[in-house]
Amino acid sequence: MPVKVIIPTPLRPYAGKQQSAEFDARTVGEALERLTSQYEELRKHLYTDDGRIRSFVNVYVNDEDIRYLQKEATRIQDGDTISIIPSIAGGSSAAPSPSTEAPAEAKLSKEEVLRYSRHLIMPEVGMEGQLKLKQARVLLIGAGGLGAPLGLYLAAAGVGRLGLVDFDVVDFTNLQRQVTFSTADVGRPKLEAAKERLSALNPEIQIETFEARLTSENALDIFRDFDIVVDGTDNFPTRYLVNDACVLLGKPNVYGSIFRFEGQATVFGMPGGPCYRCLYPEPPPPGLVPSCAEGGVLGVLPGIVGAIQAMETIKLILFGGAGGRGDALVGRLLLFDALAMRFRELKLRKNPDCPLCGERRTITKLIDYEEFCGLRGAEAPAAAAQVPEVTPRELKARLDRGDDLFVLDVREPHEYQICNLRGHLIPLGDLPRRVHELDSSHEIVAHCRSGKRSADAVDFLRKAGFRKVWNLKGGILAWSDEVDQTVPKY
Amino acid sequence: MLNLSEEIASRIRAHGAKTYPHECCGALLGRDSEGGREVVDLLPLANRREDSPRNRFSITPEDFRAAEQTAAAHGLELVGWYHSHPDHPALPSEYDREHAWPWYSYVIVSVAAGEPGAISSWRLAENRTRFLHEEILTSARAAR
Repeated sequence: MPVKVIIPTPLRPYAGKQQSAEFDARTVGEALERLTSQYEELRKHLYTDDGRIRSFVNVYVNDEDIRYLQKEATRIQDGDTISIIPSIAGGSSAAPSPSTEAPAEAKLSKEEVLRYSRHLIMPEVGMEGQLKLKQARVLLIGAGGLGAPLGLYLAAAGVGRLGLVDFDVVDFTNLQRQVTFSTADVGRPKLEAAKERLSALNPEIQIETFEARLTSENALDIFRDFDIVVDGTDNFPTRYLVNDACVLLGKPNVYGSIFRFEGQATVFGMPGGPCYRCLYPEPPPPGLVPSCAEGGVLGVLPGIVGAIQAMETIKLILFGGAGGRGDALVGRLLLFDALAMRFRELKLRKNPDCPLCGERRTITKLIDYEEFCGLRGAEAPAAAAQVPEVTPRELKARLDRGDDLFVLDVREPHEYQICNLRGHLIPLGDLPRRVHELDSSHEIVAHCRSGKRSADAVDFLRKAGFRKVWNLKGGILAWSDEVDQTVPKY
Repeated sequence: MLNLSEEIASRIRAHGAKTYPHECCGALLGRDSEGGREVVDLLPLANRREDSPRNRFSITPEDFRAAEQTAAAHGLELVGWYHSHPDHPALPSEYDREHAWPWYSYVIVSVAAGEPGAISSWRLAENRTRFLHEEILTSARAAR
């Protein structure tokens, strides 16, 4: 497609003194490549040494800045005009002289200069950037797997005010990935332990704790005093709540999520960028997407994803969003697969019909997110409540009596290896195929880890015509609590 | 050689004094020919660096386009840019160089404690590695 490239006055000496040139190209990047191949001298003025368009070079297609289109991949059509438009910038040297110093609170002490010296000697950070970090106010939702690297790196980097929201207590299962906590912290409130750890790491910063469940009632009040919100939660209601509150208040939402070997990260809620609802207008049906507690997570994974969130948070503080140095993770969903050790990227677009951030918005205040995610009311059919149950103590008594009971374990083989009640193993997913292994004249007690999967199994078997079948209430976890403490909980 | 009348120079100084302790910035409108470069008029612009206006200035692409149109409407072209260095000498900084365009004249006025002082002009070297001093000629009064 022939397109016209308009060359600004200062670059004309390097382009045969022409005001414009015409090229056949499909994308902006291609057109600029043709231009710089023809006029090699232009290259160093348009591109950095590593081949990126210089920050002060703006490229427009007709009247639109390609930063807000698809950047260099922006497609062009016959007759389009590409303009190279200079940004003009400059200024006196980076360190302000004594008489022009910023206000008193925006100063680094001698100790801080030493602490942050590896930032200060980077031109991209420097004194200016470090002071921005010091004046930044970042709120972390969740002090768990993602919250651990987030808290540690943001505190270490010198983010001046860190807010933490959580209401949990440290338990042994946290220690495999939540590296802010030590074994001695088990049993302590997470926020108490995290505040102690982060203050020890960097006493120069302020840490504010909100020991509460984040709700529609308190979210806006908590968020209001922060510049950036970082989502390190593990459940859908809170994720929608964080997203909606950020969009309503106009604050960036640095998002991350993890499951087993896979992670995701992006930045929602930036001006012109998508929000979580643009990506997922509706929550998944309850129970479809397992949490870390149900599905497991490799301990290093939250370290990687949380570190990516921390990096994006720091970039937002230093460079802002569009038009700053580098590229913020906006409009792109980064997918990480640790098993394949691959990063991929999906383009995210703002949904013009988004009920929250679209043109005709219908959500203008926070709603009931438990209900929205189907976790409350008529839409939450609890299978467990509808199938017959036995308690661990009842089961133990009947087994001790010598009753002829068939114990069916519906967990996965690798769970059986952790601990078992010597039951017959048929994973829930295999049950329809292997149902012939069961004798319907027998009394059957099904169990799993917590009683949830086995309730589904009992439901299935009853529908298949089994009459004498019960669910072990509370699963192995309850068995360990009430009957045999030597059985490990996991 | 940059032809800059005393009247234009004093308007640059006045702009720098007015925005002190922040940096001022603006466009130089004029003519460029084989015979030399002449500044005929100024177009003061807003400093868009709200985060650190004391030691940075920036002119947006929108302001740039507007300046270009203003110049064209007067039969002139954009020949360069001016900005102030509050409490700093009228020497280009490393940051100035990193962000500079070739060909343009970069005029810097030093403003010490609110009092405007020296004015100098600079052009980026062909290889971008440094600024070359451009002599300012103030004796001849530029024709408007």
